[in-house]
Amino acid sequence: MSSYVITIGTVIVIYAIAACGLNVIIGYAGQVSLGHAAFVGIGAYTAALLSTKVGSSFWISLPIVLAISAIFGLLLGLPSLRVREDFLAITTIGINFIVEAIFNYVPFFGGALGIGGIPPIALFGAKLKGFAFFYLCIFFLLIVLAACWWFTRSWAGLACFALREEESAASSMGISPVRFKLLAFVVGTCMAGLSGALNAHYITFISATDFSFPFSILLLCMVVIGGMGTLWGPVLGALILGALPEIFRPIVDYRILFYTVMLLLMIRFQPGGLLGENMMVRRVLAKILPGVR
Amino acid sequence: MELFFEQLLNGIAMGSIYALLTLGLALVYGILRILHVAHASVYTVGAYMGLFLYKLTGSLLICVIGSMASCALLGVAIERFAYYPLLKYPPYVPLIGSIAVMLSIEELCRLIAGPDVLTFPAELPFPAIRLGGINISSALMAIYCITAVILVLLWYITSHTELGLAMRATSQDIAIADAMGINSHFIISITFVIGSAIAAIAGILVGIYFNQVYPTMGYVPAYKTLALIVVGGLGSVPGAVIASLLLGFAETLLIGLVEIPLPRDALAFIAMIGVLMWRSEGLLGSR
Repeated sequence: MSSYVITIGTVIVIYAIAACGLNVIIGYAGQVSLGHAAFVGIGAYTAALLSTKVGSSFWISLPIVLAISAIFGLLLGLPSLRVREDFLAITTIGINFIVEAIFNYVPFFGGALGIGGIPPIALFGAKLKGFAFFYLCIFFLLIVLAACWWFTRSWAGLACFALREEESAASSMGISPVRFKLLAFVVGTCMAGLSGALNAHYITFISATDFSFPFSILLLCMVVIGGMGTLWGPVLGALILGALPEIFRPIVDYRILFYTVMLLLMIRFQPGGLLGENMMVRRVLAKILPGVR
Repeated sequence: MELFFEQLLNGIAMGSIYALLTLGLALVYGILRILHVAHASVYTVGAYMGLFLYKLTGSLLICVIGSMASCALLGVAIERFAYYPLLKYPPYVPLIGSIAVMLSIEELCRLIAGPDVLTFPAELPFPAIRLGGINISSALMAIYCITAVILVLLWYITSHTELGLAMRATSQDIAIADAMGINSHFIISITFVIGSAIAAIAGILVGIYFNQVYPTMGYVPAYKTLALIVVGGLGSVPGAVIASLLLGFAETLLIGLVEIPLPRDALAFIAMIGVLMWRSEGLLGSR
């Protein structure tokens, strides 16, 4: 396979990790976050600062990145206790704009120039490139998916589902909204942080505009198109939205229009996504092959 | 001191423009409980249509009326296609739909009119006046007068006409309004017509005031006006107007006179998060 395909594949896998994190927050816990790019940015900036200013390797900075992402997830998840649904959505939009502004204006974060010269990840003394880095990302994606799978099967996951469906009923059954909403935020932002750190070490250069609001929308598109609340939905969404612009290279100018029209049609006619409840694939199959469920 | 007054005048102008945009959003939220992000794309289309018609005919009147009409149509189309069928879902579904509409229209504008900043070289037929050493340009006068007229008209329509009564009834409870013989879907469409036509005027005014029309001109206002209706108290039109004027002041005065390390556009969001955390009913809202 050519290095071109590997590059696209790596980027898709990095997107998929962030989309899985968003899916935990939106799909599992039902908390609409439209500022997920900010958390990817926090992870990326933490990793970049640790490697360029402190000189630590990826493997040492990874736990720090996860811890800092978790702390910010906890802090910025606090609004979800106060406001709900569409208000939470605009609060997170606001958080995204403010975080981007801080990255852009505070000299410590490199200002408008961003941070460059981030070293690639080394494993046993060898620098990971191409295939090796791709496998590393796949490895992390599998861990993230395992965590998601475990989350849906665990007590915490069930509690989150209950809160998503009907918060007052769930809390009257003794499920603490505070604990499980914040848990979902922490898990989701940790995945975003991981994605950001991988991104920073892969591209080796980051700037504030990489983590602006449109990136949040892209991640949201992936989750919505794939299917909110499903295990494989975000991965499918990342694959579709990551691969399609490459397949349709000649119409690259129409890419964003294509994304947004697809998102609009999806939310208008199939709000559950491709793999969500009452999914289109199953309905079409049921029409062609009656009796198959 | 003169500088201060000039900044103040600019602040009122910015606030007025925010108010014209936020009005539509507050009306729509009041009636449908939907955060109409795509409103800012209607405003962008308004500016482009105005510019196109102005270049075509050279008449400012045709430009304004044509732009208002096309924006009203666009607003109703958005409501019919993207919002009304989605009302049965949780509120974030129409919100995501609205963001998708907004970005699609923005992209269409870019593809049709090109990514460049276009100029809007129109002269507004308003007198420039001079008050004790301070110049008020004709563009500023136009913004003040038009905003004042629109606000008074809107206040009259909502509080003194049968249409306004029907609009208020629909915003309180769609089902009960239907039962009372009000065609609520028609009233909802009328609300979009009014809001979108005002957005078209705002688009043309901004285009002439800054002499700039570009595809992403609605990007920051789209989310800033959301913050403004939250600060003003959701669905409260007077609250939205006051919040807009305050933000206009704050942005021009604070940034112009005091050195703040944050960008101007972050101010609205910080105010919004503060309001949501401590006084979630907003400035003039009621629980």
